[in-house]
Amino acid sequence: MKILVCISHVPDTTSKINFTENDTKFDTNGVQFVINPNDEFGLTRAMWFKEKQGAELTVVNVGGAETEPTLRKALAIGADTAIRVNTAATDGFSVAKELAKVVEDGGYDLVIAGRESIDYNGGMVPGMLAALTNANFVNNCISLEVDGTKAKAVREIDGGKETVSTTLPLVIGGQKGLVEESDLRIPNMRGIMMARKKPLTLLESVNAKAATTSVGFQKPAAKGAVTLVSPDNLDELISLLHNEAKVI
Amino acid sequence: MSVLVYTESEKGKFKKVALEVASYAKAVADNMGTTVTAITINVEDASELGHYGVDKVLKVNNAQLETFNAKAYANAIQQAAEKESVKVVVISSSADSKYLAPILAVGLQAGYASNVIEAPTSTAPFTVKRTAFTNKAFEMTEINTDIKVIGVSNNSFGLVENTGNAAAEDFSPSIPDLGVTVESVDKATDKVSIADAEIVVSAGRGMKGPENWGMIEELADVLGAATACSKPVSDLGWRPHSEHVGQTGKPVAANLYIAIGISGAIQHLAGINASKVKVVINTDPEAPFFKAADYGVVGDAFEVVPQLIEKLKTFKAQQ
Ligand SMILES: Cc1cc2nc3c(=O)[nH]c(=O)nc-3n(C[C@H](O)[C@H](O)[C@H](O)COP(=O)(O)OP(=O)(O)OC[C@H]3O[C@@H](n4cnc5c(N)ncnc54)[C@H](O)[C@@H]3O)c2cc1C
Repeated sequence: MKILVCISHVPDTTSKINFTENDTKFDTNGVQFVINPNDEFGLTRAMWFKEKQGAELTVVNVGGAETEPTLRKALAIGADTAIRVNTAATDGFSVAKELAKVVEDGGYDLVIAGRESIDYNGGMVPGMLAALTNANFVNNCISLEVDGTKAKAVREIDGGKETVSTTLPLVIGGQKGLVEESDLRIPNMRGIMMARKKPLTLLESVNAKAATTSVGFQKPAAKGAVTLVSPDNLDELISLLHNEAKVI
Repeated sequence: MSVLVYTESEKGKFKKVALEVASYAKAVADNMGTTVTAITINVEDASELGHYGVDKVLKVNNAQLETFNAKAYANAIQQAAEKESVKVVVISSSADSKYLAPILAVGLQAGYASNVIEAPTSTAPFTVKRTAFTNKAFEMTEINTDIKVIGVSNNSFGLVENTGNAAAEDFSPSIPDLGVTVESVDKATDKVSIADAEIVVSAGRGMKGPENWGMIEELADVLGAATACSKPVSDLGWRPHSEHVGQTGKPVAANLYIAIGISGAIQHLAGINASKVKVVINTDPEAPFFKAADYGVVGDAFEVVPQLIEKLKTFKAQQ
């Protein structure tokens, strides 16, 4: 089985979010970038397939040279090869089109992406990629088994979960649950050394056109101070929620 | 040229989000000087949509669409969009809508904006405000394609009543090869889900153990709320993963979010920032959550929550 794991390079979860150039650009100053958490679960599941069932594992990112340390980290965790499509990731649709070319040329059976990246939260790349490559698609995937060309997956739905069966080629939008948090891997010294020698291929972009443009950012308005209510006066809390906030 | 809205239903009844996206579609249509057409799937009586601004309903009734299938639903919506030559399709942010949206967008060669929280600030160019960086910021997005797909964030626009009559007509889209087959569904039908909930009662590690969740569920019951938890709580197995809210869990955009024994770490706040009113109950007056909260009680959850339940019961009885 040939597996492709899509890796989004995102600000670490504790990052303070700021903008520059008149609030039109994300300020990367002092921001630590990591593998998108949803992709990390997918990468670990892919490692499981590689080790238990035998699979060839490639990771891919659409982005500039600054994303290479993130791809190297994925190699250190255990991916065999990495691909970087050399273009700025401007919007979900264009990223999906760039990835579709990689998938078609590489003949991958299983593509694992994250349900969304934690920066722009578009939640569109995996589904668009599936549609563009004519593959089956399971979103919000929290469990995946593959047997030959058959696949069984569980997806989270509002208020529960659903078990589905499908066939390869398959794209999933994965998330926490694909593997346990405790199974996530941290690159060890040997992995880091080996990652240096693993191939990282640079591919030219197909110059996919973006469908959307980010024209500006805003930060939420500063919040007023909290209104504290004494634990001995919970009637006041109820009254505030009813009369002032009007939420009960 | 009307605006098309996909109005979701469950067991033949509209979900609340369906009425919210219909209200949103009406606002877009007014701005563009056009009408609203809705597509419904396996709904008998769609007349309610008229009260939320829908002018025309395309009713699909098809046994093959009994269970949700992203590809089939996306295809049906696409065929409706093509039939009506629409330029804008409005959908919700439910798990199902977020699943079908990208497939629909590819089918229509449309730009898709998800997590949209306001009516477009302009329709030429088409510009919407959406949440980004997991609710730590907003992004103004311009959609450059001829056709646009808008995913409206739950509880962001609200329901806007309108007087109107929705004329219904049957619509029979062709159903593609499904590709994915549902084997089983596991869903607690008597519980409010986090995605649908207007009120969410959430608790953290401060609850000490899973055996103490009885009072959390009781509080949620009294309020008609959904229950949720912080990440360590689901990691420890005290509560199911599906209740974990935050940056790596579920986003919550409720009208009221009550956080009990949760410190308010940045990753937790990111997921719940979009909620309108936040109440925090925590023993530690220095807990970061108090900075993000509207109302706070510095106190022991084991004393405060049972009292709050009793007082709310009395309050509810008087309503
Ligand atoms: C990559 C990454 C992603 C993450 N994603 C998420 C996420 O999506 N969601 C999330 O929640 N976290 C997330 N976290 C974890 C986050 O950083 C915090 O660790 C977590 O939110 C803390 O949960 P907590 O507040 O329940 O527990 P604690 O930090 O242990 O806080 C417990 C709180 O309970 C209070 N308390 C104790 N006893 C009582 C009592 N009797 N009555 C009232 N209050 C009491 C304490 O004062 C304290 O404030 C993530 C972390 C990382 C590294």
